Amino acid sequence: MNTMNSTPNYNDDVVKLFTIATVFWGIVGFTVGVFIALQMAFPALNFGEYFTFGRLRPLHTSAVIFAFGGNALFATSYFSVQRTCRTRLWGDGWSKFTFWGYQIFIVLAAVGYVTGVTQAKEYAEPEWYADLWLTIVWVTYLIVFLMTLKNRQEPHIYVGNWFFLAFIVTVAVLHLANNAAIPVSLFGAKSYPLWGGVQSAMIQWWYGHNAVGFFLTAGFLGIMYYFVPKRAERPIYSYRLSIIHFWSLIFLYIWAGPHHLHYTSLPDWAQTLGATFSIMLWMPSWGGMINGMMTLSGAWHKLREDPVLQFMIISLAFYGMSTFEGPLMSIKTVNALSHYTDWTIGHVHAGALGWVGFITFGALYHLVPILWKKQALYSMRLVSIHLWIATTGIVLYIVAMWFGGITQGLMWRSYDSMGFLEFSFVETVMAMHIPYVVRALGGGLFLLGALIMAYNLIKTVRGDTVASTISDAEKAHA
Amino acid sequence: MTDHKNNEVDQHSGTQTTGHEWDGIKELDTPMPRWWLLTFYVCIIWAVGYWYVYPAWPTFGGEGIRGGTVGASDWTSYKQLEESQAEIVARRAVYQSQFDSAPFAEIKQNEALFAFGMAGGKAAFGDNCATCHGTGGAGASGYPNLNDDDWLWGGTIEDIYTTIRYGIRANHEETRYSEMPAFSEMLDADDIDVIADYVVKTSAGAADAGSSTGAEAFAENCAACHGDTLKGMHDFGAPNLSDSLWLYGSSKDDIVAQIKKPKHGLMPSWEGRLDASTIRQLALYVHSLGGGEE
Repeated sequence: MNTMNSTPNYNDDVVKLFTIATVFWGIVGFTVGVFIALQMAFPALNFGEYFTFGRLRPLHTSAVIFAFGGNALFATSYFSVQRTCRTRLWGDGWSKFTFWGYQIFIVLAAVGYVTGVTQAKEYAEPEWYADLWLTIVWVTYLIVFLMTLKNRQEPHIYVGNWFFLAFIVTVAVLHLANNAAIPVSLFGAKSYPLWGGVQSAMIQWWYGHNAVGFFLTAGFLGIMYYFVPKRAERPIYSYRLSIIHFWSLIFLYIWAGPHHLHYTSLPDWAQTLGATFSIMLWMPSWGGMINGMMTLSGAWHKLREDPVLQFMIISLAFYGMSTFEGPLMSIKTVNALSHYTDWTIGHVHAGALGWVGFITFGALYHLVPILWKKQALYSMRLVSIHLWIATTGIVLYIVAMWFGGITQGLMWRSYDSMGFLEFSFVETVMAMHIPYVVRALGGGLFLLGALIMAYNLIKTVRGDTVASTISDAEKAHA
Repeated sequence: MTDHKNNEVDQHSGTQTTGHEWDGIKELDTPMPRWWLLTFYVCIIWAVGYWYVYPAWPTFGGEGIRGGTVGASDWTSYKQLEESQAEIVARRAVYQSQFDSAPFAEIKQNEALFAFGMAGGKAAFGDNCATCHGTGGAGASGYPNLNDDDWLWGGTIEDIYTTIRYGIRANHEETRYSEMPAFSEMLDADDIDVIADYVVKTSAGAADAGSSTGAEAFAENCAACHGDTLKGMHDFGAPNLSDSLWLYGSSKDDIVAQIKKPKHGLMPSWEGRLDASTIRQLALYVHSLGGGEE
């Protein structure tokens, strides 16, 4: 069997770089998130032109999705593709270029946001020059990944790599289509999109929803498919399920975008079609959750003892919850209540904090001791503390947004017995104050957890060991 | 699919593996969970049913509803909007025509019509007026308080109606307009100072309102609009200076600044932005806030 062969000389240097960047941008993105959450609760915190909510909000979304999430995907895909293909990552120079190239893109985008340079397309705010640069970096990523797959020493391609490849290819297609634009001048930042009107809106949300579907779902399922079985030391639960849920997820996700445009000028047929594909997407999404959770059967004792594995299982639970909530919210009658309210923000964060955040934390805790060749993490107890602080934060966040969002939706549509709106808009804003404060508190806890993680990982890399009392406790568990 | 050479049976589950292995990760050949597959099928069937009932697919030829199939239910989002709007219109219709034709005096006597106007006025005020005048109509510096009995252009319902409809210094032919001159170009600083002193003391209710030079200077320069007794005049929108209510501040410095180079507010004209009935509802509502004159 494979284990008999010698281990190839894996390229872990580039994985280390991406791992450091993941932690760094994560802290930045979460901090900006907590700050803009406070701005929503206390508008006086909007300082000057550079630090208004309007400019910091894309800074937050891009920092957490593309900087934190993107670097995490690079790190984990580069790490796992080498091991599941039993070959060194192709093109040392090229993979290093993807690292620096990607960081340059992040900085280009961020500088644009705070100085007011934006295409005003959600999750696609960077202007044409940053988009072109990202295209070069992304194609290089695709080539590095494909060449590594081509060089593989295994007969089959592992399921995690199907997901990573689907993510890389689809994000490239989405990025090119939604960012097609004509610059006003060669040395100016401004451009005009090729698409106009409702077509532009449709392409934007085809992009936007599949940024969720392929960047934040398919990509992170790639992480799940490698790190959960490795950590649990159990085989993947069902090969057949992985095939069926992979192809059905890929096929169905790409159609679901129009549910973002319910009750807009988008023709009714397109809205319905988007909603029905979202409903059909429910089980394909859950296929990944089932395969992840059931992989743990036979390793339940490990779940009790290993907080890293607990991060992974809780992330799968949040994944299951938000992929049920999503189809529910895509139904017209539900959407009529939820649309434009903070319920949507709560839904996104159940997925972003719970699923994307937690599976990444799990992978980071697993990766760092391996990459820096340490026996174990500095402190398992701190991992456990991180887990519970962050989970509490997420629950506060989601509950505040459910409560606030539904309140908002009900207030907006409330008419009195004589046929007049019961609440003015500003009254619905004032009603959100307490939920906004609770949301900021939840976000603050999530950030605090991430800071604990950063401390723990830095200590691990430096090779420090915890005081004897704690390690004794750990020994007792082991 | 399976690589039979390397098949083995997993000790824990008793299920066969597929024989593949990557970096120590194996796969079980477990069948798909039945409930999962059945739910997936039900969702697909539900979607097909939904396509039958609602507009769902493009026709490509441009026929149908906005280029899409017409569902069996004949539903469109326009119809849904019309239906929900119709319900609101029906609720209002009970009072609407009666309210629109009745004079204000009659509306105030009729409990139901008054309640109708107040409900409509409150709703319109919150989304149109509160931005400047505050949700409770308490105003702010430069934006008049609508709860007190101090009115620049008159406080009867008709006056308020006129102000809302045409605005003040607004872009409307019928708008009312006034402009206090900039006295820094006409009087020297000493004169302005004694006038301000006189106004501050009178407003504070002092029996002896400062020097007679102040009173004289006021009579000469200000009384034409603000009146001999400082009570102001609604015809010119000239504020009452004898009370303690101030639009741009009550300190002597504020008053000096206002005499030297006055600030003037702009109330938009709402005719054309709000329908005629809503403007009447607003007049009724604002009049009732506390300071309406009869």
